[in-house]
Amino acid sequence: MALVARDVAKDYGATAALSGVSLDVGEGELVGLLGPNGAGKSTLTKIACGLVRPTSGSVEVGGYPAGSRDARRTIGYLAELFRFPRWMTADEVLVLHQRLSASPGGADERAELLGLVGLASAAATRVEAMSKGMQQRLGIAQALVSGPRLLLLDEPTSALDPAGRGIVRELLAELRSRGTSVLLNSHLLSEVERVCDRVAILNRGRVVTEGRPTELARPRGVEVDVDGGTRLYEGATREDVPRIIAELVAAGERVYGARVLASTLEETYLEAVGGATG
Amino acid sequence: MTGAGAVLVIVAYALRESLRRRVFLVVLVLTLGFLALYGVGTYFAFRDVKSFAPPDKNILDPTAFTGATVLGLAMFATLFLGAVVAIFLTLGVVRGDAEAGLLQPIVVRPIGRQTIVLARLAGAAAVAAAYVLVVYAIALAITVAVGGWVPDHVVGPALGLALAVVTIAAISLLASVFMSATAQGIAVFMVFGTGLTAGLLDQIGRALNSDSLHAIGRVATWLLPFDGLYQAGLHALISDTTGLTGFVLQLGPFGGAEGAGALLVLWALAYTALVAGGAALAFSRRDL
Repeated sequence: MALVARDVAKDYGATAALSGVSLDVGEGELVGLLGPNGAGKSTLTKIACGLVRPTSGSVEVGGYPAGSRDARRTIGYLAELFRFPRWMTADEVLVLHQRLSASPGGADERAELLGLVGLASAAATRVEAMSKGMQQRLGIAQALVSGPRLLLLDEPTSALDPAGRGIVRELLAELRSRGTSVLLNSHLLSEVERVCDRVAILNRGRVVTEGRPTELARPRGVEVDVDGGTRLYEGATREDVPRIIAELVAAGERVYGARVLASTLEETYLEAVGGATG
Repeated sequence: MTGAGAVLVIVAYALRESLRRRVFLVVLVLTLGFLALYGVGTYFAFRDVKSFAPPDKNILDPTAFTGATVLGLAMFATLFLGAVVAIFLTLGVVRGDAEAGLLQPIVVRPIGRQTIVLARLAGAAAVAAAYVLVVYAIALAITVAVGGWVPDHVVGPALGLALAVVTIAAISLLASVFMSATAQGIAVFMVFGTGLTAGLLDQIGRALNSDSLHAIGRVATWLLPFDGLYQAGLHALISDTTGLTGFVLQLGPFGGAEGAGALLVLWALAYTALVAGGAALAFSRRDL
């Protein structure tokens, strides 16, 4: 397992940010972490990379206690709120992080990472001259220095335009093909639904639901197009479709199409968090 | 990466960052301004003192009197500017950088929080110490060139100043763990002022023969040893001067600068290590 969290709790004074969260991220698995503001997503991510100490429970990263030097060797991290020195160029930022992580990648690694995030032509551009979106992509490149086994991304697409999000989606697909595990913390449900193998929804410091996006999407019924319009069979499932069509045909109806309806991840999410917005 | 390698990376990063700050330019301009004024002031001081100097140099040596006085003042200015450098090099390096989001990408790298703190202190201390050594050396050179006076001890005062700003850098670093940049700057300058005031209390206590005041001053001086180191440096300028000149020539605001001895130097080194260790420990336990 790339990440194993067991009964993790974190209190900030009287406020419980996390209350007994357990979560696994398998090798090469892409797990999405969803939840309203204040649900504990960033706290869990920070505990995993050693920035925050849990009040109780345990977190292991790559088999090592979270925050230990060995654990930090295996991770890449992009914080929700981060900044690089304004005077550094993109290349210098990556050089600094290569040195800090003792990466032997050199110039080839830097060029590859900047290419992966669509900043190949911005190697000599200073951070102060970059847009927020470019800085965020540079942050992702920084997180990928030294080929981490587990990538922890906290809102990596919050400052990106649609094209930038597309680049990140492609990047995540590329990382999955390389076997890199990813814990993706995001507000963008559609992004998570499209790229993640598994989703965990947090609310008020607890995991309220977890599973594959397809598993979380519950059946809402079947729609059938007939001469008189569209008929909705609430509660029906995919298995009910042949029977419904057979009954309609037997009753002399012409059937033009049938659709199995399922709730979207957004509906599942809203149901799980009870409309909380943080 | 080895610990030493990581320290060098952080030190280089910190120094490059410091050089980009506008405060560095301000300190440079202030320093040049101070040295220029010092040169002019020293010239006129030596010139004017000859007009009312006693005929017998063995009774009171006007050159030694003038040289020690102006260089003593230069040492205070150097300590003040060195404190500015030490504080600005450590300004916001922990909590300030964490609040700005600069620190998190670095802390998650496998180098250790203690390494980061100690490297930031090493960088700040090295630059601040080098700064005061250079400014002191230039002030000394001006004094020698203009007035022809050489202090009794040249190296001791320089090292005292250097160690003083190193202790200030350590105090400022510890403050940076708990305070935002602005609060840290204000607090450490107040601590600096408190240390100087403690030194004054000590001297006033001795001048008035007040044991209580003297004791309070001494305790405060040991709690904040940079003033004691500065006073010891002042004392070393004229420690071998004898006769009436040695009797009259008492440096310091109340003429009470006294030698420190090896114990204060050892204490200052241990103090720096303790404060830096405290900063590293506090940072290692801090949520970011």
